[in-house]
Amino acid sequence: MKIIVLVKHVPDAQFDRHLTGEGNTTDRSESILSELDEYALEAALQLIEARGGEAAGNKVIALSMGPAGAVNAVKKSLQIGASEGVHLSDDALAGSDAAATSLALAAAIRHLGADTPADLILTGMASTDGETSLVPAQLAERLDLPQVTFASSLELDGATLTARRDGDAHADTVEATLPALVSVTDQINDPRYPNFKGIMAAKKKTITTLSLADIGVDPAHVGRSGSWTAVESAEARPARTAGTIITDEGDAGIKLVEFLAAQKLL
Amino acid sequence: MAKVLVFIDNPGQALKKASLELLTIARSLGEPAVALNGDLHDDVAATLGAYGAQTLYRPSAADLDDYLVGPKASYLAAAVQTADATVVLTENSAEAKEIAARLGIKLGAGVITDVVAVDPDGTAHKSVLAGSYITTAKATTPVAVLTVKANSITPEPAVTGTAPATVTVEVPETATAASARITARNEKAASGRPDLAEARIVVAGGRGVDGNFGPVEDLADALGAAIGASRAATDAGWIGHDAQIGQTGKTVSPQLYISAGISGAIQQKAGMQTATVIVAVNKDSESPIFEIADFGIVGDLFQVLPQATEEIKKRRG
Repeated sequence: MKIIVLVKHVPDAQFDRHLTGEGNTTDRSESILSELDEYALEAALQLIEARGGEAAGNKVIALSMGPAGAVNAVKKSLQIGASEGVHLSDDALAGSDAAATSLALAAAIRHLGADTPADLILTGMASTDGETSLVPAQLAERLDLPQVTFASSLELDGATLTARRDGDAHADTVEATLPALVSVTDQINDPRYPNFKGIMAAKKKTITTLSLADIGVDPAHVGRSGSWTAVESAEARPARTAGTIITDEGDAGIKLVEFLAAQKLL
Repeated sequence: MAKVLVFIDNPGQALKKASLELLTIARSLGEPAVALNGDLHDDVAATLGAYGAQTLYRPSAADLDDYLVGPKASYLAAAVQTADATVVLTENSAEAKEIAARLGIKLGAGVITDVVAVDPDGTAHKSVLAGSYITTAKATTPVAVLTVKANSITPEPAVTGTAPATVTVEVPETATAASARITARNEKAASGRPDLAEARIVVAGGRGVDGNFGPVEDLADALGAAIGASRAATDAGWIGHDAQIGQTGKTVSPQLYISAGISGAIQQKAGMQTATVIVAVNKDSESPIFEIADFGIVGDLFQVLPQATEEIKKRRG
């Protein structure tokens, strides 16, 4: 089977993140493979390993859209175990919103499936930068695929995919027929780390770079000009400052209630 | 006047506060109508009228709940066209955002999520990068789709109510073709506590509760609060994953957030730092949560929380 996993190069959420320059885009200087995409990659690897791995003709393609640095997310995916990598990169993509991103990714997925269509498109539940969760659903709509989003478990029996999806009020069992698009939560598995063997093996794997011309997308339909939403202004929220800190001397619970009463929160 | 369509999925016996907020925002933008899915009770219809809904749209198909997202987006697209709406408002739940996402592609409409306020001209305000920035954004398309966070506005009925007409919208026959089917549904037991995303007060526990959420629950009940948790606590299985607050869980913005036994790593802060007032209780005075707490207590939550609960009960007699 052929699985395409979408991986995104995002600012490391361990540090303060910033918006910068024209169009208030995210500063990507301190970026890593989005943590949430590691669960999708792990799910893909488990699915092909259960089917005889690459030796049996299965493969996992890691696809990332983004500027030059985004190739690092592809490299990391190869080290973790993806079979090959694809980096969709074009200056005209800068500033794409979810709709424009999904348009470019849909075209790239069609391009990669020109000979053998992918059986499964796997993504994380959200990117850790934009956090909109819009792209998986928009991709499913553009590719006319069933979407199984926020999967916290995933099983595949022939061409039938079964997943669990946990909502606030209920947990659903969901069924779809391949090909399908699946986004997974961080509850689905424990992602593996790249080991020495994987890091060495990754050096021999191919990374294909695609431009918009390669996938037949008009630059006017992506980027800031092709987006359907525009960020008009951005203001850093003033950092919170520490308030009163006390050490419990046996009456901190009462002091807490006094504080709440003073704030009219009782 | 702009037609504004509010999508309400399965309103049930009574409208949620979040739905009333959407209707209140809709009135500030133009002439409100509602697209419903599921049963429509008389009380709900009356409330929708009181909040100014001019027309209630309902789907021709009754099985939209049997599928995941896709068919609801098809129905809503048909409703937008029938209503000739230029703005669509939905709640900000995971499913509503996905319906909005697919609707956006169907209509060629810009989608803005996590909206906390909307200006009369359609400019949306939201906070991004874990609450570290406030941005304004606008859809550049003829139709705009906005998903609005709960607790964004105080709901107010219309000055003059309406008796809205009901119109059936034909759901396209192809709507269910390429859709995932829901084969089983397990309803979760209702806790009787407020919904985490909508709660005015949240009490959250982390690693420091060491498997015992009792003191957190007692304080939450005394305050009428919802219960939250850090990822450490949900991963340990001490409480359900749906209580998780943080980057990979829920983002909450209550008036009061009480953090108990949570160190406040950046991923946790991402989920709660827009709370109006933050209180932290932690044994470790070096915990980063104290950097953002309005009131911090270095102490044992098993002493501090029960004492606070007793004091609240005493004051309320």
